[in-house]
Amino acid sequence: MQELSPAPVAVGLNGSAITFPLKGSATYTAVEGIDLAVRPGEFVAIVGPTGCGKSTLLNAAAGLLAPSAGQVDVFGAPLSGLNGRAGYLFQADALMPWKSAIDNVAVALEPKGVPRQQALEQAKAWLARVGLKSFVESYPHMLSGGQRKRVALAQMLIRDPEILLMDEPFGPLDAQTRQLMGNLLLKLWAADRKACMFVTHDLEEAIALADRVVVMSAGPAARIIGDFPVPLSRPRDTAEIRLDPEFHHIHKEIWASLRTEVQKAYGAEEIA
Amino acid sequence: MNRAKLLVLQVLVAVALLAIWHVITVYPIFGSVKNAQFFFSTPVDVLARVWRELSGTEIWGHLWITLQETILAFALGAGGGILVGFVFARNDLLAAVFDPYIKAANALPRVVLAPIFALWFGLGIWSKVALGFTLVFFIVFFNVYQGVREVSPTVLANARMLGMNERQLLRHVYWPAALTWMFSSLHTSVGFALVGAVVGEYLGSSAGLGYKIHEAESVFDVTGVFAGMFILAIFVILIDSLVTVIENRLLAWKPGQSNAR
Repeated sequence: MQELSPAPVAVGLNGSAITFPLKGSATYTAVEGIDLAVRPGEFVAIVGPTGCGKSTLLNAAAGLLAPSAGQVDVFGAPLSGLNGRAGYLFQADALMPWKSAIDNVAVALEPKGVPRQQALEQAKAWLARVGLKSFVESYPHMLSGGQRKRVALAQMLIRDPEILLMDEPFGPLDAQTRQLMGNLLLKLWAADRKACMFVTHDLEEAIALADRVVVMSAGPAARIIGDFPVPLSRPRDTAEIRLDPEFHHIHKEIWASLRTEVQKAYGAEEIA
Repeated sequence: MNRAKLLVLQVLVAVALLAIWHVITVYPIFGSVKNAQFFFSTPVDVLARVWRELSGTEIWGHLWITLQETILAFALGAGGGILVGFVFARNDLLAAVFDPYIKAANALPRVVLAPIFALWFGLGIWSKVALGFTLVFFIVFFNVYQGVREVSPTVLANARMLGMNERQLLRHVYWPAALTWMFSSLHTSVGFALVGAVVGEYLGSSAGLGYKIHEAESVFDVTGVFAGMFILAIFVILIDSLVTVIENRLLAWKPGQSNAR
């Protein structure tokens, strides 16, 4: 079983807290007392009500934010600075608008010192893999939201990172595109099963994609309040799996713990 | 809007203005025709003069001088503006320390500098280049500064997550962002380079379009002044359309720009 596995944890958050300075000497504690271990090859989805600090957690794993307490371990070593072994898929558009699709993907190999010609060839292959064969020379503004996400996915994966961090990447897309993107992500992920942290507010999406769903409480000082395995078989189809009775069973179980937190979050917003 | 229709309307405006000008200066509506012609010349005379100038050889030498000054003022001003804009945007302390001086220098009317520049650089092209430089530099500087400062944080975070070092960030993120802003001010800055050149020539020189206009003015040759302004206008339109062509090529990635590919 997992306990016997000698492989170190890919991303480990140990007692992590993250606070932001407010005006004056006040601070805002986004998340607190977070213990989370993502093992190699594991797809973990993090769900929680809006404003619970899911993205904050992900940014800590990426090294974009430093925890104010506790520490972040990457393959057993404490993280300082940016997490060079991770790829990050942002919710907002993160492509360089002045570069064509192929340049956006190819440039990801430059920090690795891959020669330009070789990078372009690999980028072309990756664009084909994400279904953008005929949009190689298009600039981001000529592409649809879903197509831009595909480019971003290729840009992240071409570097072959050992950890994938995704911050509601399909949030801005329409429902059908989301399911297509989910399937594409699962297909690409299945090829070499990297450790994966996927933040979303959509519980159905989380269950359809992940091996494990982690539920966070409402903020401020959000904590992890639930950790549910998703024993659905793979390969999955993100649209069809929603009809599976087992899916409903899991959904019901997780929703029971998520619902009160969602209500809390809305209640807090109404007061505010 | 139909292109042809637009062109017709645009030509119509010119024809109407010329017609009004013609009627006022040829028919004695506001007193003596002689008086009106002394102050305003007549469109026929002016256009004839423009034609004579352009078919002669002398004006081309003057235009060439003005063009040289414009190009040099633009190139040096833009280069300096980009460099300083970049350094200031990446260095908060420097920007904060120099902030009042930059503002003061920019608030200064450049015309008062013209005699100083003539003293320093002589009456040749370099005093005009210097004047144009002071105009172009600030426009480009402010735009580049803003451009580098306002790079999308997501694009920047993404580039850093891709493992880019400072040099690569500069090349792939900051530099293109700054250039975008610079190009968006290209029309303004090229225009100001020309203004610097012409005003400089006007205030003291022996060649160039500004000199031609000044020369005509000093002998009350109103026809010559108007002809000079017409030639200047044609020159400006040509340069501006050239800028548009360059802009469309360089900003092909931008939404709303030319997508003709």
